[in-house]
Order: sequence, then C-alpha cells, then structure tokens
Amino acid sequence: MELTGAEIVCESLLKEGVDVVFGLPGGAVLPLYGALSSYPAIRHILVRHEQAAAMAADGYSRATGKVGVCVATSGPGATNLVTGIAAAQMDSVAMVAITGQVPRPAIGSDAFQETDVTGVTLPITKHNMLVMDVKDVAQSIHDAFHIARTGRPGPVLVDIPRDVLLGEKTEFIWPTETKLPGYKVPGEAPEAQVAAAAELINQAQKPLIMSGHGVLISHAYGLMTELAEKAQIPVITTLLGISAIPTDHELNIGMSGMHGMAYTNLAIDEADLIIGLGMRFDDRVTGRISAFAPNAKFIHVDIDASEVDKNIKATVGMVGDLKAVLGQLLPKIESNVHIDWLRRIDQLKAEHPSHIIRESDELLPQYVVQRLTEVTQGRGIVVTGVGMHQMWAAQHCKFTEPNTFITSGGLGTMGFEVPAALGAQVGRPDTTVWSVCGDGGFQMTMCDIATAVECQADVKFAILNNNSLGLVHQLQELFFDEDYMASQYTANPDFVKIAEAYGIRGIRVTKKEEVVDAVQQAMETAGPVIVDFIVKEDEGLFPFIPNGQSVKEMLEEPAPEEIV
Amino acid sequence: MAQANQTEQHTLVALVEDKPGVLTKVASMFRRRGFNIASLAVGNSEQPGLSRMTFVVNGDEYTVGQVVKQLDKLIEVIEVADITSERIVTRELALLKVKTTPMNRGEIIQIVNLFRANIIDVGSDSMVIEITGEEDKINALHNLLAAFGIIEMLRTGLVAMVRGQANGMANGHDGQVNGHS
Repeated sequence: MELTGAEIVCESLLKEGVDVVFGLPGGAVLPLYGALSSYPAIRHILVRHEQAAAMAADGYSRATGKVGVCVATSGPGATNLVTGIAAAQMDSVAMVAITGQVPRPAIGSDAFQETDVTGVTLPITKHNMLVMDVKDVAQSIHDAFHIARTGRPGPVLVDIPRDVLLGEKTEFIWPTETKLPGYKVPGEAPEAQVAAAAELINQAQKPLIMSGHGVLISHAYGLMTELAEKAQIPVITTLLGISAIPTDHELNIGMSGMHGMAYTNLAIDEADLIIGLGMRFDDRVTGRISAFAPNAKFIHVDIDASEVDKNIKATVGMVGDLKAVLGQLLPKIESNVHIDWLRRIDQLKAEHPSHIIRESDELLPQYVVQRLTEVTQGRGIVVTGVGMHQMWAAQHCKFTEPNTFITSGGLGTMGFEVPAALGAQVGRPDTTVWSVCGDGGFQMTMCDIATAVECQADVKFAILNNNSLGLVHQLQELFFDEDYMASQYTANPDFVKIAEAYGIRGIRVTKKEEVVDAVQQAMETAGPVIVDFIVKEDEGLFPFIPNGQSVKEMLEEPAPEEIV
Repeated sequence: MAQANQTEQHTLVALVEDKPGVLTKVASMFRRRGFNIASLAVGNSEQPGLSRMTFVVNGDEYTVGQVVKQLDKLIEVIEVADITSERIVTRELALLKVKTTPMNRGEIIQIVNLFRANIIDVGSDSMVIEITGEEDKINALHNLLAAFGIIEMLRTGLVAMVRGQANGMANGHDGQVNGHS
C-alpha cells in the first residue's frame, strides 16, 4: 500500500521501536500529527515549549538507553529545540529530532516560519539531513536512528518539508541496511595496544580509573567494576559518569574536577597511572592541563577517535567500544592489592573530608540533598539543572543503580531539570524521579510542570531556593569584588502557590527538622510535587578549583569560624 | 595539548559523498575548530556519487591529526588520509592575466615558454597565461611576471595523488556504497 511521507515517518518510528515522542505541533509539521493520530502505539507528549521536547527526549534517552525522539515545526519550533539538541550533542545522548520544514517550492524564499534548520544545527548535531523526496523518508529515519544510537551517540536532526510529508505517496519499504558508506563504528581495540595497557596497569603502584559517561553508554559498568576490584584500583567518576559504580562501593572515591572532592583531586595529583574510560578530559575535569596528574601516565579508551590525544596525550590511547575493550583487557590484568595506595587515599580523605557536611542550625542546601538521598536510599533517579544545586547533588547523592543520575554536563544547560526529569520518568514509569532544581533554572522551564501534570509523572521537584543565581553569585564574590550584578532575584514567585496553580501539592521547608518529613510526604503523594526548600542564601560551594587553575590552588570549605 | 610544535604544510586527501551540504559541513568543521585551510580542491572521483577533496593545511602534528580525526568523524566523509609523507604527485593550475606592451610581449612569451606554460588569450595590452605544476613552479612564474604587472590571478588549489598502485587510503577503500547496519 502506498503511504504519505508522514505515514512513512510513523511506520519507521514503529520499526525503530519508538513508543513515545515529545513534541509541539505547528503548520509545517501538522501532516505528521495527522498521521500520528492513527498510530496509538506511539504516545505523543505535548510539551509547552519545544525546548522541553528536546530536553525530555534527552532525559528519556539517558534513563532508558533508548533513542529519545522530539518533534517540532519549522522556524521557531525548530530553533526552540536548539539548546536541547546542543546539550545532547555535548553529553553524547542518542536523540532523533524530527522537524517540519516549509514546502519544497518555498525553501529559500524566506517563507513564513522558514528557518534553515539543518544550517542552524550543523555544528550541534552528530548528523542532520533535509529529506527532499518521499522515497527517501524511510531510509533517512533508519539512518538517523542508527547514527544516533551507535558509536558515540548524539542527536540527529531530520528536517522534512511539508509537501514531502503530505504529497506524493509511495510504497513503504523498510530498508534492511543503512546507506552510510562513511560511517564506522569502532569495536575492539588492536591487541598490541591492549597488551601495552595491561602492562601499564600491572606495573602501576598508584593507579586510578576515571569512569566517564561512555562506561554507562556502552553498559561497561560491570566490567569496569570488575577491573577495579581485580586490581584494587580506586574509581573516580566524572560528573556524567556518576552512578556507574554504587556510591558506597569501597573503591568509589567520588567525583573529581572543579567541584570534585578534595581528596579525589589530590589523589589524581599523586597517581602514577590514570585510566580514562569513556571520558574526554575536559577542562572541568582537568583544570589547567599542564598541571593535571603531573606524575601519571595515561591510558585512554574512547569510541570517538577524535577524543584520544585531543586534551591529554595518552601513553596508550585506544579507540573502541568500552565493553569490548574491557573484555579484551580484563584477562590480561593481574590481581593486585595496592594496599599502600588505598591507605594513602584514606589518609587524604581523613585530612580533607570534603564529603562531610558541617553542623549548622541553618538549612544548608547540601544538607537537604544529603537527607533526601537518605530517605530514597539511593534508589530512583536524580535529575539536576546546572549550578550549585547540581554540584551538591553530584557530591552528596547516593546511587545504587547505573543510569540514575541525569545532568547537563558539557553544555551546562540551566532549566534542564524540569523537562529532563519528565522525560526520564516517562521512560521509567516504575521509578520516582527527584528533580533537584535551582530556583533560577526551575523558572526557565517551569511552564512544563503542566506537561508533567498531564502525564501524572511521578516527578518530585526539590527546589534548593537561595533566591539567586548562586554559582554566579559565588564567582562574583570571589573574582569580581563582590559586585553582585544581576545575580539576585528580588521577586521570585511563591513556588507553593505555583504548585497549587497546577493543581499539585506544594510544600515549603524552612527548617532542618522539616526536611525528611517533606521528602516523605512528597514520595507518598502520587504525581508531581514541588518542594520549595528555602536554603541558606549565601552558602558557598566547595571544594573549588578556579577556572584554569590546578589542585594546588584548590579552595576547600573554610573552617566554621571563618564563615560569616 | 596546545604545545607549540613545528608548523608544517600537510596535504590531506578525502573521499566524500557527493551530496548537497557536504562542502558546508567540511568548511564549517574547519571554522568551528579553528583550523585553517590553505587550499581546498574538490571534484568528481573515479567512483560515481563520490568526490575527492584535497586539502592543504598548515599546522603542527597535533593540529593536523585533529583535522584528520574531525574530518573522519563527519558522516559523509568516507575516508581521509594525510599523505604528506607518502610518495605523491601534486599539481595546481593557475591563470595569470599580465599587463603587456608591444615592447615586452616577446620577453613574456619567452618566460612562458621556459616554464612550459600556455598563453590562452592575447589582448592589445594584456595576456592570460595558464600554468600547471607544483606550487613552487607556479610561485616562480608568478614572481617573474610580477615585474610586468599582474592584473588578475586565480589558483585552483593543490590536487594530490599517491604514486603507484596505492590509492592513499589506509583501508584501500573501494568506494562501494554499501550499508552496514
């Protein structure tokens, strides 16, 4: 039977196993919506702003390991996706964005709602395409999903003109192969490199594993943990690598980098071997690169060849799929104990206990995070926005299962916390999602609370409300002579009333002793809940290695008597 | 990794899909990553549907290594190689429009003949000269003709090919457009 382009898109989505798409209709993409209504197996979630469609697809993808799909119309619909697409690109998230385009004859004429969206998204997608013939629709969707989910995942945008969606019909033939002669997906690494890496590991006295997002993406957390246990190598997780190994695992020494644990950064400074797995030594991890891990050799494994030797010259650099490469590597690794090294790290931890939250009568934001994670016992999913609250969540939340910490790392996208939490919960409907929010980021995307309510998504929004853009405020305090230009809010809304306006429960917490009860009440309430934690406004975020500096310049939390 | 290593001229060749937007993607990647293209030549390859690009890039080993990897990462780029250290032949074509007078026309023709270049248009007070060769040869002719006054010059950019049976590509890509899903 011959189908329209729009029907072929729907058939193709079914073939790719898509059961949910996040979107918002408009003129150019409306033919697709006309077809979607005949495909009840594909659930459409109507967002309030296309930005939320992209970020929800992102959260969905990270929580499920599947490709997240978002849909928008041409022009402003498509450009509203841009921030979410850029975030997915930076964090290697499998996403397919389908956008309507003005009809083919109108392309290039500056028609109503026309934007060159393949041009706009060229540097922020793994790949994009403009489909100019209905006969190419199925192949394009097939290729888009293949590119999005394989290798180093990323967003792929498929732009389809209105008259391709709803014009000439054609036979729907699902392609058996991709048509991508230039696309290669690495698998195993050359044996010689693996042997060289094994030798470095077997000889190392002070090795560290740095476990990145790639470990989660390639489902290599089991093998990574096996490697760590076999040779007794402490594991550092990057921001996006958090949850690859349980927080309470004895070899997990937490997150390093700009706001990482002091003892973790100090361990890197002393290490003689860094084993970077599925991570890219970005500037937030390394600080000043010339001073990073000055005593260490580097093993670097990444599926993206362009990441190897980009920021750090690896002693042994391997391009491959982590699961495959660790499978090659493990049999060559000798059991080890590294007693002195583990003791040294314990000592660093005792001397620099940045994981311990100081006693205070005030409601400290990090205290909220700590109690929250105690109540949830590290189960469920935590999503964050970007800023201080994100770092406190990264520092103090506990995790027991992989892929349960979802945050915008590379792009640092404020407002991510609301839609990404929604997307994650839609993908994992059996799971409670805690969205740890800043009051700044929450207000960027809180319009999509309505979407969460419509979905009855079990998302609990915990706003760490300090009435300011806290991280900006701290940077101004430290580096701009306390000139707090544009970082304080003077008229934040009443978030409990916001909750009520959306017909959901809102809880305000101002005292320490109310925290646990509020968290429990939120958990016991079905659907979305907003908890507004009024936290100490000028609480600083520590440890802190200022931009471009090294562990030598690390600022640790001042002693209590020094805090005014 | 921004160590100041020796900057050298590298010749890269790439086999790419002949599709709309590919040149934009390649050029955009160079712009976005801050790489400089000294020259770029694009044309059909021996295989239908595929084009061959020749890039001349100035940079140290690290930068050029990144250029190769980032190019290879583009979906439409089938294969890319740095052939600088291979046994290669390189050619460039240039057109030069030179001011002439009845007095110096003979002298210019002599120079053109010495270089085995061609005169392809003669006007009353100008001449268009075509030269093909390696970059140095074209530079040399340009320098000699500069004394007469060059009105216009156009260079195609370098094209390069590895000598012998090899095609310059590490995997000896046969260019077959097959999928692998």
